[in-house]
Amino acid sequence: MHVWNFAPVWANADLLALGLLNTLKLTGAALAFGIPLGLVLALMRLSPARLLSWPASAVIEVFRTTPPLVQLFWFFFALPILIHVEMTPYVAAVLTFSIQSAAFFAEVFRGGIVSVERGQWEAARALGMAPRQVMRRVVLPQAVKRMVPAFLERAIELMKTTTLVAIISYADLLFQTNEVAQKTFRPLEVFTVTALIYFFVIFAASTLVQGVERRLAASGEGMAR
Amino acid sequence: MAALYHWNFAPLLENADVLWAGAIGTLRLFAICMVLGLTLGLAVGLGRHARSRWIHAPATAFVEFFRNTPVLVQILWFYYALPILLPFSIDPLTAAALGISLNSAAFSAEIFRGGIESIERGQAEAARALGMTSAQAMRRIVLPQAIRRMLPALTNRGIEIFKMTTLASAVAYVELLQQGKLLASLNFNPIETYTVIAVIFFLCLFPLVQATYALERRLGRSDA
Amino acid sequence: MSSVAPPSTVAVAPATGAPLLRVAGLHKRFGEHAVLRGIELDVMAGDRIAILGASGSGKSTLLRCLNFMELPSAGVVELGGAPIGRAAPSKAEPGRRVYAEAELTRVRQRVGMVFQQFNLFPHMTALGNVMEGLRTVRGQREAEARERAHAELARVGLADKALAYPARLSGGQKQRVAIARALAMDPEVLLFDEPTSALDPELVGEVLRVIRSLAEEGRTMLLVTHEIGFAYHVASRVLFIAEGVIHEQGTPDEVLKHPSEPRTRAFIDRHREFDF
Repeated sequence: MHVWNFAPVWANADLLALGLLNTLKLTGAALAFGIPLGLVLALMRLSPARLLSWPASAVIEVFRTTPPLVQLFWFFFALPILIHVEMTPYVAAVLTFSIQSAAFFAEVFRGGIVSVERGQWEAARALGMAPRQVMRRVVLPQAVKRMVPAFLERAIELMKTTTLVAIISYADLLFQTNEVAQKTFRPLEVFTVTALIYFFVIFAASTLVQGVERRLAASGEGMAR
Repeated sequence: MAALYHWNFAPLLENADVLWAGAIGTLRLFAICMVLGLTLGLAVGLGRHARSRWIHAPATAFVEFFRNTPVLVQILWFYYALPILLPFSIDPLTAAALGISLNSAAFSAEIFRGGIESIERGQAEAARALGMTSAQAMRRIVLPQAIRRMLPALTNRGIEIFKMTTLASAVAYVELLQQGKLLASLNFNPIETYTVIAVIFFLCLFPLVQATYALERRLGRSDA
Repeated sequence: MSSVAPPSTVAVAPATGAPLLRVAGLHKRFGEHAVLRGIELDVMAGDRIAILGASGSGKSTLLRCLNFMELPSAGVVELGGAPIGRAAPSKAEPGRRVYAEAELTRVRQRVGMVFQQFNLFPHMTALGNVMEGLRTVRGQREAEARERAHAELARVGLADKALAYPARLSGGQKQRVAIARALAMDPEVLLFDEPTSALDPELVGEVLRVIRSLAEEGRTMLLVTHEIGFAYHVASRVLFIAEGVIHEQGTPDEVLKHPSEPRTRAFIDRHREFDF
């Protein structure tokens, strides 16, 4: 009968806290790059110019159809040799997750833009607006409000995916958990605590997202019309 | 500028059997997780749909917990933490299968629940009015219709499960990525190796992804 | 100080006798289906033209070709004497023209359109909607645009609704805001695409009143409508479209009261729910 002893875990709480901080840092960085990149990819994909839409489609398909861990390994182990650059786990992680989340965000953007009714396009064009003005003043503002829930959900997915960086030895929460487990010989307690930390953080975020969705739906601006 | 890299795929071709062993491992893990994940998911989905609080609450707790924790954390928990509580150790396949299946079950449960609830009302009432029990109504009337609607989301789940099998490499289970790591370190050719691994996954999944799009389009059209 | 510009002035024809808008040999095909099969039309300054026809006759398509929401398959549209687009004949399509986006954008700044479904921008207030063209397209400063927008909203009777969002407005109010939005751009020609078809019957009147006041000012307008009684009282000319061509045209008396073509007569009879 195993006797649970969480004391060693609390003793190393600072290591775990550092890990959590790094997880959040990584998630934030990937979002900061991924969202604008996702918008660019979406607009390229919607462009009538094939020179723009094909490469964008290719990037989106490749990054959605290959496992994130394979992408991470490629960026960490293969890319540095190919372009003769030093690669740290953090840089490889930010690079991988920025592009990967951009690929998913691009689809969210595209869905949102396409969901704005034709009549809005027509009215704006009938006023004499150039296509870029139409996008900026009329279509995107409406699309963005509808896409907020999907964005938040993808952001939460991203936070879960960041655990992969532990495998390439970036000091995120999971990596730190492993370190502490090996140090204290208490894998059961440590991993359980970490699982609970992830659960509470992500659950809180999910609940927030559901709240946002409910409020948006109430004000008539959700996706369902 | 930088010298152009000379790609050399020979070592990979020579070790095709190593990769093949990995592919078998991937497929095996995938099959186990699909079956376990979907059946458990159906059970939990029905559980979430149930009216009794004794069934509904644990099902909800299950879904919330396994949807909101990262799969890799679960796999490592099963591999490193669970054996402490048990008199035996857990092998990589079991740990990975448990982690991925439970996570997939949680997501599938929501897909099933959504599908069932999108049919429920009038259909189940008509069935009950005919004298069917709840179980019969579910089995003969609601589920068959719901399955059609849920097909795109379930295929998506399948694709996600396939991608998640790579996480098993973290506990050294013999699947494609694990074999890739092996070959890359033996032959010092990570570029060719990981590119080939990525391409293999892409070639396997791309047709499935396209099939999902086609499914969505066809079902979207015929659904009133 | 800046004074409010008087509500839009009436357009002047390029030279006496020359049409403001001219359509010659207009054809429009959607795939294999030919919707417009050769429209000839001269619109003079001050003309109020009502366009009637059955569903599928091509009347909306004709209107939408005039501000190039649809691109003609063949034929020429001239605005102020200048033909739009460039001739680019091919063996299969001798009447083909190509159009540059920039030119079409400029045309649409001179030709205003009011849609059946209003198409107000839901994320802007009524005032914001009316100001939008002035700020984004004409590049006016905020204060100027705001004053002008207030004036236009007052003209359509919605001064008190300036800060309301479209979701809070009735259909009739939305359509009047849409008219104000089009008017703010000082269009030379106004196009109305079934402006009251999407409205509840009791809201139709307020919109027709606004359109009538515009007609009485002498604005040039083309109006696709099912409101035959309204067309009779407001239009200077009536077009009856059937099978993609102008089947009959003339004054309201000629076309609506004493149509010479049997087809026109049949249409009028089918839609007779009032007295002239």
